[in-house]
Amino acid sequence: MQHDEVIWQVIRHKHCSYMAKIETGIFCRNPYNVTGICNRSSCPLANSRYATIREHESVFYLYMKTIERAHMPKNLWERVKLPRNYEKALGTIDKHLLYWPKLLQHKIKQRLTKMTQMRIRMRKLALKTREKIMTTPRRDKKRESRREEKAIKAAVLDKAIETELLERLKKGIYGDIYNYPELEWNKVLDEEKQVAEGVEEQEEEEPEIEYVEGYEELEEEEDMEDFSGFPSNGSGFDDDDELDSGDEEEDDDVEEQVVIHKKGNRDSRKADDVGKSKKKKRVVVEVEQEDGDVRQTLKTAH
Amino acid sequence: MGFKRKKGDGDGEEMESEVRGRPSFNTAERRNVILPSMIKNKDKRAKVYAKQKHEKKVEKQKKIKARDAAEKQALELGEEPPQKMVPKTIENTREADETVCRPDDEELFADIDADEFNPVLRREVTPKVLITTCRFNSTRGPAFISELQSVIPNSDYRKRGTYDLKKIVEYAKKKDYTSLIVVHTNRREPDALLIIGLPNGPTAHFKLSNLVLRKDIKNHGNPTSHEPELVLNNFTTRLGNRVGRFFQSLFPQEPNFRGRRVVTFHNQRDFIFFRHHRRYIFDVKEDKQSGAKGKDGVAKERVKPRLQECGPSFTLKLVTLQHGTFDTKGGEFEWVHKPEMDTSRRRFFL
Repeated sequence: MQHDEVIWQVIRHKHCSYMAKIETGIFCRNPYNVTGICNRSSCPLANSRYATIREHESVFYLYMKTIERAHMPKNLWERVKLPRNYEKALGTIDKHLLYWPKLLQHKIKQRLTKMTQMRIRMRKLALKTREKIMTTPRRDKKRESRREEKAIKAAVLDKAIETELLERLKKGIYGDIYNYPELEWNKVLDEEKQVAEGVEEQEEEEPEIEYVEGYEELEEEEDMEDFSGFPSNGSGFDDDDELDSGDEEEDDDVEEQVVIHKKGNRDSRKADDVGKSKKKKRVVVEVEQEDGDVRQTLKTAH
Repeated sequence: MGFKRKKGDGDGEEMESEVRGRPSFNTAERRNVILPSMIKNKDKRAKVYAKQKHEKKVEKQKKIKARDAAEKQALELGEEPPQKMVPKTIENTREADETVCRPDDEELFADIDADEFNPVLRREVTPKVLITTCRFNSTRGPAFISELQSVIPNSDYRKRGTYDLKKIVEYAKKKDYTSLIVVHTNRREPDALLIIGLPNGPTAHFKLSNLVLRKDIKNHGNPTSHEPELVLNNFTTRLGNRVGRFFQSLFPQEPNFRGRRVVTFHNQRDFIFFRHHRRYIFDVKEDKQSGAKGKDGVAKERVKPRLQECGPSFTLKLVTLQHGTFDTKGGEFEWVHKPEMDTSRRRFFL
């Protein structure tokens, strides 16, 4: 015999494993509960005639239990598939729960509404891109940080940047923007020239070395800024020597000339491979050194 | 009987076992050496170790002295000093990579001519950069972004909202931007940089670490707004070349040398270090070099550029490089970092 009242007394006042007491209220974790609250009228265990809506893979089913089947737990719940359409689903519910208590019908329709809204929202969300959180094992993170530290030490950054800038200054890319005392600069140039001459001889013997040195240049000149500086070498130093007391205007004029020069040469070189132009550049440097020599002597003659 | 001179006195027991266990000492192969670790007495053992260490040290010093003496002698005689030994570094012993760019590579130049950065690098298009963030931006993010704006000329910042990244890419294309930078924040710190070249340019995802903002740098300078000069170091392989050109395409190609701003991307062991300096060149350095450069012992003046750091400094590490704009599911990835690539300490990809 099914005594709902007795069941309710027992499970409410003694122990119900589906009950969850939270600060906001008492809830029922039973999956067949319509409202989700632990109530005399909402408890699926304490009501022999009960109905719910449950969802499986975004299809809604109406579950009903009647007192006639109370002694057969396996066949207790009767399932009816509800149509996709909201109004039609309401109609189906009405049909099946025709002579059932009004409260239960109302609660079930409320539940249906809520579940349809949730279904719509979930499908919309699935279309949007969500950020996926990936984890890295701690071991990898630590390894990366260790390697980074060592890499920082290995790359003496300040030195590297300084040498690079110095190289560019020597190549004359900056024109005469920087004021430096000339004697010292010429002295350094002389030494460089001596070294370069030594290198020259070697180069004539073994042309293959050219490639290697060119390769180093390739590394340095990863940026196209240098291409603008290509043809300036010869002309650049010319201007330097002549403009000891350069006015601002003269500087600008000369610079402009230099600029035009650069552009002209650049156009003529468009057709060539970059590699070839690098080789040419090498040659230009050598010529320029000799010129420097000549210019030096001329100057002293004055 | 002649005993081999033992390293340690050992206990009485040890001596006995030695004597028993020893075959005839004439056979050179089977010479039982007492390892110091076999001595049970801690005191004695420690003494033996100390002695060993001392001996090693003395030997090493002798070697160094001999080497120095030989070098000095050779110099005095005017001959070539003996070859200086070069220590092995990780860069020296790097695994040979077949993708390293060679200066005579035709294919490389053809590729360069046909790649996506060409319009910008050939000065046909001035770069225009759009900076944005991930959906949640906090703490250091905005400061970092404002600094990025000062580093990269011609850059705009837009708040992210909840737009899809693909929609943002389309918007940027419509407005004629050449690149899009997304700063991603994790745990209230910027930790990833997504650089997307537009239109249909590659997408590079970098891991950002070790960010130091301008206010945290001692003696920092304030950058001007001249176009900066770029320094790209050590991008040797094909992949590295591509990444280097990618960075180049963010900046305008007419550096204003008078502005004296340098932006450096230095690659070391696959870590790309970003630095931003103001420079001025002095020629103060007088140093005495006893080098074999001809003029011995004379004070030589070297021109040395002095740098003042300004702007942020951080480290980047490439995680993925994808062909085409941002599309994780359908895109073609040129390079993806996998943990199994880290197994060798001498192998680098950039």
